[in-house]
Amino acid sequence: MEFAHILFLALASLAVVAAFNVILQRNPIYNAIGLITVLCCLAALFLTLNAQFISAMQIIVYAGAIMVLFVFVIMLLNIRSEESVTDRQKYLKWLAAPLFLALLGEVIAVVRHVERFQPPAPLPSANTMNNPEAVLGTVESIAHGMFTDYVLPFEATSVLILMAIVGSMLLARREKKEDIERIEQALAAQEAEQPIVEDSEEEVAA
Amino acid sequence: MSSLFNSIDLQYVIGSLVKIAVFWIFLMLVVAYMVYAERRVLAVIQNRLGPNRVGWQGLLQPFADLIKFIFKEDIIPLAVNKWLYIAAPVVVLIPAMMVLIVYPFGPEVPLPFGAEIGSALNSLGSSLGFDWSINLTTINLYITNFNVGLLYVFALTGLGIYGIVIGGWSSNSKYSLLGGLRSSAQMISYELALSLSVVAVLIQAGTLDLVKIVEGQSGWFGLKWNILMLFPAGLIAFGIYLVSAIAETNRVPFDLPEAETELVAGFHTEYSSLKFALFFMAEYVNMTTVSVLATTLFLGGWQGPFVDRYPWLGLLYFLLKVFFFLFLYIWVRGTLPRFRYDQLMNFGWKVLLPTALFNIILASVLGVLFL
Repeated sequence: MEFAHILFLALASLAVVAAFNVILQRNPIYNAIGLITVLCCLAALFLTLNAQFISAMQIIVYAGAIMVLFVFVIMLLNIRSEESVTDRQKYLKWLAAPLFLALLGEVIAVVRHVERFQPPAPLPSANTMNNPEAVLGTVESIAHGMFTDYVLPFEATSVLILMAIVGSMLLARREKKEDIERIEQALAAQEAEQPIVEDSEEEVAA
Repeated sequence: MSSLFNSIDLQYVIGSLVKIAVFWIFLMLVVAYMVYAERRVLAVIQNRLGPNRVGWQGLLQPFADLIKFIFKEDIIPLAVNKWLYIAAPVVVLIPAMMVLIVYPFGPEVPLPFGAEIGSALNSLGSSLGFDWSINLTTINLYITNFNVGLLYVFALTGLGIYGIVIGGWSSNSKYSLLGGLRSSAQMISYELALSLSVVAVLIQAGTLDLVKIVEGQSGWFGLKWNILMLFPAGLIAFGIYLVSAIAETNRVPFDLPEAETELVAGFHTEYSSLKFALFFMAEYVNMTTVSVLATTLFLGGWQGPFVDRYPWLGLLYFLLKVFFFLFLYIWVRGTLPRFRYDQLMNFGWKVLLPTALFNIILASVLGVLFL
């Protein structure tokens, strides 16, 4: 029993418990906190696998930015427990079982592929690191890979993300026809009411 | 069980723990006296005296405050969400303190009586049957450094916001909720500008390791600081960093999450006693972290004249620079009025963020041309 094993078991079990928390709790804030816990555990697990950069990014991007927005929206709308509508997507839930089986198959295939469990090598000390590019998981090695061997997938992903940003902007800004009509009607009504309000104010002033 | 102990480098662990304890106590003292200094300096700015009764010139005031905080009644309102309410101050404070391990306080320094202490420990070890080889003639004035040090700091400061948000939500009070909401919106807006402003430094330094960033700023008689490099990109980056750092730590003029005139006390309205003190401490620890980062990234950390000859001077330079930033916080608080909420958002998204993006392009071009 090595220290790395104990660390792995502790983090993995915490991640699993928190993951169950995400799907079993009724209160959306608890779900979000569960998901944050899972993400932090995953970051720690990445760290034990020498993936320092991925670990930091996991926390900065997922736990630090995306989940903050989730929590922000949950709090802003003040969603109470069990209030969320689940009936809207009637057929989607039938997809869950086959997708879960596919994922399970993938995991089993990967686990079978790895011949036996090898404990991760101890982290190389940063003080003795002379050539960080050659060490797996450092910022330098990831940057080197990203901008040389994998530059095409990297750029393609950034174009994809840009498309998603533009698309979300378009969806958020597009106003439906009936909405515009409703707003115009409301504005017209307001204008019609305006003189009355002014009159009353003048009366009060008088 | 023995293999478990063998897999841990006990000397390294114990050495790190001792260092963490020393630096942590120091950090707590800085935080305590920062509060005192703030009250005294604000008093001077506002033509008052400030706390000057406890001890000489009120120097024992922080301890009196601490004792008062501990002995105050700890009220947990009935309608709060109890577990989250209790967890929130802890969630704020612990990530804030965890950043301590990458503070680069100073260079490798000779420890006074280090050789004697080391040999005494070694002989103690051999009498107990352990084979120690402790060398304390020189020590590093930082706890650890690693490849993603700067990202580690950003990750942990990003996590601290959950405490504020959860504290605001679980208090079940409209003022707290509004404070928490404002805080999360503000942090998301200004974290972008903060992270982007740092890129200019990273282009210059070529590493994310805080200790190496400081080491890279040696030269020019100890004044080759990043703020002067890639001129004027370093200077612009420093300005953006400073503004967004004040916003990140929820301080005046960006203290909307706890705007007294509108929100009573914001997210910690319902907190009392030691829980309130924890929020308070976390705010000051975060201010220290931001000041340490500003010093490290832009003002050369421990670098300065004669550091290579007298290494302990490095610690002095570092602390002087950090205290300058902490003083700046107080000065700004005593000078500027609070932003309005729409001004805050407009400034963050329409001024700081585009400037930061432009500055990255500028720094990259200058870096390609001159580095």
